[in-house]
Amino acid sequence: MSRTLSWYEASARDRVAALVDPGSFAEILGPECREISPHLVLFGLPAQFDDGIVIGSARIDGRAVLVAAQEGRFMGGAFGEVHGAKLTALLRAAKAMGRDVVIAFDTGGVRLQEANAGETAIAEIMRALVEARLAGVRVIGLVGGRAGCFGGGGLIAGCCSALIVSEQGRISVSGPEVIETNKGVEEFDSRDRAFVWRTMGGKHRVLIGGADAFVDDDVEAFRAAAVAALGAPAGLDLERLGAEQARLARRIERFGDAGDATEIWARLGIEQPASIPDLSAKDFQAIAATHRETADDAR
Amino acid sequence: MEQFHFDLAASRDAGGTRALALVGVVASGNLEVMVQRGAEPGRCTIEVNTAATGFRDLWEAVIADAVARRALGGLTIAIDDGGARPDTVSLRLAQAVRQIEESES
Repeated sequence: MSRTLSWYEASARDRVAALVDPGSFAEILGPECREISPHLVLFGLPAQFDDGIVIGSARIDGRAVLVAAQEGRFMGGAFGEVHGAKLTALLRAAKAMGRDVVIAFDTGGVRLQEANAGETAIAEIMRALVEARLAGVRVIGLVGGRAGCFGGGGLIAGCCSALIVSEQGRISVSGPEVIETNKGVEEFDSRDRAFVWRTMGGKHRVLIGGADAFVDDDVEAFRAAAVAALGAPAGLDLERLGAEQARLARRIERFGDAGDATEIWARLGIEQPASIPDLSAKDFQAIAATHRETADDAR
Repeated sequence: MEQFHFDLAASRDAGGTRALALVGVVASGNLEVMVQRGAEPGRCTIEVNTAATGFRDLWEAVIADAVARRALGGLTIAIDDGGARPDTVSLRLAQAVRQIEESES
């Protein structure tokens, strides 16, 4: 397979360009609009013209969609007032237009300098996302950037109809340093990178049913998985959520006392759980296909 | 944070027809450069927002160098800077000017 461009290394704009059909992207509230954060200047910090998120309409494999991509290098991809409002508006438009949405997450959560506005934005985005899904819209989340998907971003990802991750795609709510600060190093050693990745990384999320598809760190692989997810059945209702609640209860019962992800992988019936982090995407996908927990809506 | 505004004579006008170019991101040691058309021919306006204070002399030198070396006439340039080194600023300016001169895809 030719390695086109690393998703992890790509910018938000590179990711959008790689995801959509050539020439089909029409940006909404682009940098020329200068809809910048009103808060950062109060802290003596430079703003970014797009406030760290690119939104717009496009086609993916011929299908009309709405697209959003967070820039993980600006303020850690964190949600501020404008950044959040852009995603909320996109999701509301998706419901009104009946268009599926693809979101490339790359975020540490809420921006500390505008925390109240950011937390409100997270709630508004989750509401808009769920309302769009209730109207039959698919919301596909892609996670594989340098900031991962943490804090409120992890909550939003949990509301998506499908999540596509690479090995680098860490998904959680509290990040490693936050857990260590609050619970101590014996609970979580944030400097043990191998431990962090096997607890929050893409492979573990796929194995426990927290994410739907595992891909190589490659923009083409993400695009192909997004196309597949856009073709899957849509929909969200009470019955489905009830079934997922039951599945989450079984998950905690089955794995709740495990001290390490490798214990969970062993309980899933994987013969050599210690080898999982070193497996190539192809070998991992083969094992995951037969051993993983089902994923639908429970994260 | 410090802000500067420069309005300079440019000996050569930018080519191409693209309306906008954007390169880089605002991060530590990095910057974003947005280039648009709209300045008069033979002029170039540049606004800078930088996180690092006390470096106006360096900014003037880097921008004078860019105007001397590249075709910046007719362009307005806006920079948000997270404390990039002068060589990084020069590189981003070069990338942005090249991008606005590229043919539209």
